[in-house]
Amino acid sequence: MASVSVCQYHSGGFSFENCKRNALLEADINKLGFSSPAARKTGTTICGVVYKDGVVLGADTRATEGMVVADKNCSKIHYISPNIYCCGAGTAADTEMTTQIISSNLELHSLSTGRLPRVTTANRMLKQMLFRYQGYIGAALVLGGVDCNGPHLYSIYPHGSTDKLPYVTMGSGSLAAMAVFEDRYRPNMEEEEAKRLVRDAIAAGIFNDLGSGSNIDLCVITKGNVDYLRPHDMANKKGVRTGSYRYKHGTTGVLTKAVTPLNLEVVEESVQTMDTS
Amino acid sequence: MSEELFPEPEWLSEEVKTGTTIIAVTFDGGVVLGSDSRVSAGESVVNRVMNKLSPLHDKIYCALSGSAADAQTIAEMVNYQLDVHSIEVEADPLVCSAATLVKNISYKYKEELSAHLIVAGWDKKKGGQVYATLSGLLTRQPFAIGGSGSFYINGFVDAEFRKNMTKRECQEFVVNALTLAMGRDGSSGGVAYVVTIDKDGAEEKCILGNELPKFFDE
Repeated sequence: MASVSVCQYHSGGFSFENCKRNALLEADINKLGFSSPAARKTGTTICGVVYKDGVVLGADTRATEGMVVADKNCSKIHYISPNIYCCGAGTAADTEMTTQIISSNLELHSLSTGRLPRVTTANRMLKQMLFRYQGYIGAALVLGGVDCNGPHLYSIYPHGSTDKLPYVTMGSGSLAAMAVFEDRYRPNMEEEEAKRLVRDAIAAGIFNDLGSGSNIDLCVITKGNVDYLRPHDMANKKGVRTGSYRYKHGTTGVLTKAVTPLNLEVVEESVQTMDTS
Repeated sequence: MSEELFPEPEWLSEEVKTGTTIIAVTFDGGVVLGSDSRVSAGESVVNRVMNKLSPLHDKIYCALSGSAADAQTIAEMVNYQLDVHSIEVEADPLVCSAATLVKNISYKYKEELSAHLIVAGWDKKKGGQVYATLSGLLTRQPFAIGGSGSFYINGFVDAEFRKNMTKRECQEFVVNALTLAMGRDGSSGGVAYVVTIDKDGAEEKCILGNELPKFFDE
């Protein structure tokens, strides 16, 4: 006897059941004059450049939640493997988790092959994961590293397309940073010149884009060595106050005083012991 | 059941597209493929030197257009499948096989994908061939054009194509077509990549912007 059971087969991936409900709620909230909380994004400037001995990655350090700065000094250069690092723009949680997942898988892969991982492997893993989620994971990444085939630099977009180039920029400040790169990039730069170029590109993003700000982090990757310079340049140090704004008691004269006692009676009393052992 | 109409939430970020011009032409003894190099996301160019001619095998290439992620993924999947296939049959794969693999993916996922690949190459059985795989159909043609820039050169290619051109004439034809399309289409530009495939192998060439032929431009 066949019975029809309404059993929803839960397929993997995202469930969009609540989207209509959320749209309804958002409309209601807007009518009352409030706005729904926004996901924390790293409106960002990240960039990377290939120079003579390796790769220089750079990032700003501002994380925004709508129009408010949520974190003045967040770290956007993530560890993937000892020789590979990845800058992330877009939704902060997505870039953090995606890079952690791929870092973990890459370590297992590297133990299995017995070799230092290659940048192109990390690139394949990232692009295949992002393509699988069809752009819903909002992670735009700049992946750089040095492996047995030399220095490599990739830019990876949320939908899963990648570009392999000698210099890349991503994030809301990418146009400002790319302007600096297009003007001053040369192949086979020295390390100091490359660091200055990346620093200036990120600074262009910080000062000309509202979504980027605070300090400049740099990561210099060469064969066998990584310099994680955080912060490399504190471009936006908080200023020092020139005077004290505290006033002594009695500065403002009291004209009248009125005291209104609030008569509260105890309705219920309960004791909650806290275990501080 | 009536469907309530709600506006789509705005969290769909802009996708990276290769607004493109791609072209593949057969000549007497092989094929010539050509493409521009511009990749755009909205109104911003994210890569001005992308090579959209992707190798599927030694003597089989495909030209990518449409969504960059979809096109790159299809090309990489077919590259892998062709590798396995050629090992299994212990011979170089046919262009028809490569085109069929691309067509199978394009047709099965036609609702989800938005990429158009032109497959072209040389094999022992039928010489130089060009296959178009738009929307999951598979058709062999003497030449094929694709991408947003192709609309501007439909008349040009129809008028100027001749059967059994020499290799030289064919390369010139491809470069002229690309130049005209890049000149009129905002989403195409950069440099021109040209790949010539014949029985001896594939030869890649990159023609910089200032080396392209000049047409009426006043």
